[in-house]
This record gives sequence, structure tokens and C-alpha cells, in this order.
Amino acid sequence: METAPSITSRLNPSVDAPARAGSAEVRLEREDDATRIVLTGDWRHATVGDIDVRMREIARESGKSAVIDMGGITHIDTAGVWLVRRLQGDLAAAGCDVAIDGADDSESVLMEAVPQKLPEAQSPRKRASIFERIFAPVGARVLDLWGDIVASMYILGSAVRGAQLKLNRTSGASPAAIVSQMDHMGVRAVPIIALMSFLIGAIITQQSAFQLRYFGAEIFVVDLVGILQLREVGVLLTAIMIAGRSGSAITAEIGSMKMREEIDALKVMGLNPIGVLVFPRLIALVIVLPLLTVVADAAALFGSAVVAFSYSGITPDVFLNRLQSSVDMSTIISGMLKAPFMALIIGIVAAVEGMKVGGSAESLGQHVTASVVKAIFVVILVDGLFAIFYAAINY
Amino acid sequence: MKTTDETKLRGAATQGDVILSARDICVAFDGFKVLDHLDLDIYRGEILGFVGGSGTGKSVLMRTILRLLPRQAGDIHMLGIDYDEADEEERIALDMQLGVLFQHGALFSALTVKENIQVPMREYLDLPRPLMDELAHLKIDLVGLAPEAANRYPSELSGGMIKRAALARALALDPMLVFLDEPTSGLDPVGAAEFDELIAKLRDTLGLTVYMVTHDLDSLFSVCDRIAVLGQKKVLVAGTLDAILANDDPWIQSYFHGKRARLLPGNGEQRQAV
Repeated sequence: METAPSITSRLNPSVDAPARAGSAEVRLEREDDATRIVLTGDWRHATVGDIDVRMREIARESGKSAVIDMGGITHIDTAGVWLVRRLQGDLAAAGCDVAIDGADDSESVLMEAVPQKLPEAQSPRKRASIFERIFAPVGARVLDLWGDIVASMYILGSAVRGAQLKLNRTSGASPAAIVSQMDHMGVRAVPIIALMSFLIGAIITQQSAFQLRYFGAEIFVVDLVGILQLREVGVLLTAIMIAGRSGSAITAEIGSMKMREEIDALKVMGLNPIGVLVFPRLIALVIVLPLLTVVADAAALFGSAVVAFSYSGITPDVFLNRLQSSVDMSTIISGMLKAPFMALIIGIVAAVEGMKVGGSAESLGQHVTASVVKAIFVVILVDGLFAIFYAAINY
Repeated sequence: MKTTDETKLRGAATQGDVILSARDICVAFDGFKVLDHLDLDIYRGEILGFVGGSGTGKSVLMRTILRLLPRQAGDIHMLGIDYDEADEEERIALDMQLGVLFQHGALFSALTVKENIQVPMREYLDLPRPLMDELAHLKIDLVGLAPEAANRYPSELSGGMIKRAALARALALDPMLVFLDEPTSGLDPVGAAEFDELIAKLRDTLGLTVYMVTHDLDSLFSVCDRIAVLGQKKVLVAGTLDAILANDDPWIQSYFHGKRARLLPGNGEQRQAV
């Protein structure tokens, strides 16, 4: 304490000080009605946390007049100054005369920059009634759903009209874009689809054979797997896989283009972003999903044949014979017919969610998730509707 | 406590109060040298404006100093500490003394402005919640944002508000050294002038040292104490505005005496010539 610390040493502490910071202390010295509030030690972000509550209490304890003595402070920054200013404001509000003592020049500058009281934000909305809080979200959901349907129809309609280029060029999307999308969504998905279907076929066969064994009807496992895979499981699981793989990719691509105003750039050039971006992807999906279903079916039947031979002793030629008698063209067609519809659903849901992405990375993540969840849900729903429809027409 | 601080300070003072010194910095990508034996000093309490043509490595230098990019050679001392030789405690202490305003704000988009400002406080300090809220609001007030902005998300802010919010986050822990990457780019002239004033005011009140990469001639003329020019893979010249204007390097001549610079103070003779 031999010399007063220089301005810089109090405001600009040495760099390693926070690691071994001191502590902020406050002491009250009372003389009759006058209180002297003596502040000592280190008053910076790292240390003021402990003294915060005490500083709030002091505002109520002081008498008619108070002096805040800052002379003993070794270091101070905006956090410390804020505590002092807040105390000053609280005391003044309680009808107490406050004076500051021992603040050096640079501290005074900082004191003046920090307000005694923080400006209050005007709260824009008042608390809603319970009626409103229950029904407003429900209404919002219904409107959202309607908005989704309208947006889906818009995208479907835009896709039907084609790329909508200027100068009446109605040639539609460029073949190159479609082929490139088919490569991304179809060819590169073949290994994972084949592997997944192989395993599914094998698992269904093993489980069914195990149950059918009790009835001595093990041979009918071929009928079961053939019809189940070709009518339902093949197209359904392929669609779910593509919804997760390509639907998310479409949403992310379109969504990030939306975030960076690339969609707006397309609009300003007179191009319909749906036509340019969504149309080729939709076409590619509609072509690729039935083809992937064929791959899936073949892989699943192969897996089934392998397990039927190794687990139940059904030789491949018996397997094929049995398959031929149980599966006819209508079985295959009823399965394959669903694939283009599933493809459209995945593409449209993904595009709708992509166009809804806002400005933040978080919203991109939310909409990619929503895209996959909604697409899978609608795919399963539509599969159920198809089952009802086929049953009704005896197909 | 005080004596150690003073020796520490005296130690810094013997180096001429250099708060950041970079020596012999070499940075190369795939064998292509971007910075070649570059030297740079920043003094305590100054606002250093950093200019250079596009692609000369201004951002590379800033990112190298902030250790976001590796360097092939050279030493960087900040606040007298060499990060490479510092122990964990010193590194944390040093990190707490640095604030960075990235060119596009780099606010966390999932957090509100208030939460963005509280991230450093939350990570480094153990503050009671009410005090942390008050401090965040105080920083918002200091950078001149309306109190309503506290609970908005970055995507709901205008460009100027994002810069201010990002500055508030950079100042969350009262750093000594603040890096600003093109703070006025994308702002209208009035907003840019206000931002310049804000930086000067904060320097005066908080005792900041500011390292400012900028292309804004108005900023260079109005708030910068010193200007450093980057070119030919090193600092061509660093000094006051007059010293820079007197330099006869062709790039500097065209930069500071070009058409856009003619109307600025200090180029009076040119204005008459026009």
C-alpha cells in the first residue's frame, strides 16, 4: 500500500491474475446515521460472484447517508463497477445520500459508462388466458397441416408443369441433372438396400420356419416369404431406407440453399426453384425407387433361399418350384405399383420441409428431422391404404 | 498481490508495453507461402487498423495469431505469454483475456443474444444467475443495443445488430485484447460511423487494445491510432496515418490516394486537384 496503484494496474490486470485471483470484500463502518462502505480486494468477473448477494443486502442496511470507498480496490472491471453502480442506485432509491470516494480517473470514466439501473425491456405480450394457451397451439397445428398440404400440392403441380424455363422452353429438367440424381439416390443406395433386404429375407424365413415346423408345414415358408416380401416388406423397407437416405439429403440441400438466399436468386432470375431443384429429384426418385424395390426383392428372396436350405433343408430347386406356384404376376405388380407413390411422397415431403427452413442452423436440423419422420409416417400410412384398397377389390 | 502485479507490469513495460508481438511468422498452404517471416507488434491501449489487398493473408494472420491455423515457424507472445510454452492455467487465463468479433458475427444460432453473451461467463466463471443476467444486459447496453434484443435469436437481428451482439459477446469477460474482423463491412455509412465511435468509446472506458482488420477508409482515418499494411507476405509498413500516407509503395499509394480516398481529411490537396 506504499503507493497508489497506477491506472493501468487496476484496470488492466496482469494476465495470470485470474488464475490466482483474490477475493472481493466489503466492510461497513457506521458512525451514527452515516455509513462508510469500504470495498477492498479484487472486483472482477471471476471474483464478484461471491459478493453479489451481500451487495444487495447492504442497500437495505445503510442509514441516511453513505459513502462508498473504492480506494482499497486492487482490480476492477465492468462487473465490479456494475455492482458498485447498482448499490449506488439502490441506495439512492431508498432515500439515502450516496457519495463515491477513492475512484481514480479511469474508474470514473468507466463508472459513467455503466448505468445505475438497466433499461427495462418492454414486454410486448401479456400473459395469455388459459383458454388461449390450450386452443391457440391446436389451431396453429391445424393451420400448419393445411399449409403443408397446400405446399405439397404446389410442389406436385410445379413438378407436373416441369422446369418452367423462360422463353417458353418447356423441355423440362435437363437429363443430366436427373441422371446425376439417379446416381446419388439409386446406384449408390444399391449395396445398403441389398444387404438390408438379404438380412430381412433371412430373418423372416428363419422365424417363420421355426413356427411352421410345429405344424409340419415348413415348406410353406416359401409361400409366406415370397408373398410377404413382394407385396409389402420389400417396397416398404426400401421406401423407409430411401426416406432416411435421400429424403434427408433433399431437405438439407434445399434448406441450406434457402438459408443462403440461393432460392431467392433463382426466383429473381425468373426460374421456378421447384422446377429447377425439386423436379429432377422427384423424377429421379420415381424412376429409382421401383428399381431399388426389384433389387430388394431379389436380395430378400436370395437370403430366404439360403436360410431355407441351411435351416430347413429346403433345396434351391424345391424353393424355386414352390415360389413359382405361389407367386403370380399380380403379387409382383401389387407391390411394385406402390413404389412410385412412395417415391413421390418422399420427394414432396422433403421438398416442403426444405422450403420451410429459416435462417438458423438449428431450424435446418429440425426440418431435416421432420422431413424423415413425416415421410416415413406417410409412407406407412399409404401402404396401409393400399392394403385396404387391394383387399376391397380382391386383387 | 499488488507487488507481483507490478513486477509483472514492469516486465511488460520494459518491452515498450507490447501486448502482442509476433516474430518471424511463416504460414504456408500446400507449399505456397502466404506469410513469410512476418513481424508485428501491438501496443497496449491502441487501436491498430490492419489493411491489405484481398488475398494477402490478413485473415490468415489473424487466425494464426488466434491459433486457428497452424504456422510453420515463428513465435507469438500475447500479454507476455508464449502460448506454446504456457501451462494449462496460463492458457486459460490468456484465453479469457481475448475477445474476437468474427466477420459474420459467428453468434450461436440456437441461443438468444443474452445466452450468447453468457456462454463465456458460464464456461469460465461461477456467477449467480441473477448477476449473470444483469451483466449480460449491461453488455447489451454498453454496445448500444436495445434491451428488447436480449431475448431475440441471431436470425431475427439485422446486420448491424448482429455485429453489436457479437461485440458484446467478445467483451463478455472484459478482455484486454479484442480482435475485430471487418467490423464495419456490410453496415451503412451511418451505422459504420456509429460502430467506429463505439469501438473508440469502449477502448477509452474499458482500456481495450484493439486489432482491427478493415477495408473501411473512414474507420482507418477516424479511430485507428496506427495502421499496418500487409503486402508481399509481410507487414510492409506500420505506423501513424501520416507515415503511411508518406510511404511510396505503389499499392499503398493507390489505396490511400485512390478515388474513394480523395474526399477524406488529410488528402486535401487532392480534393482541390479533382
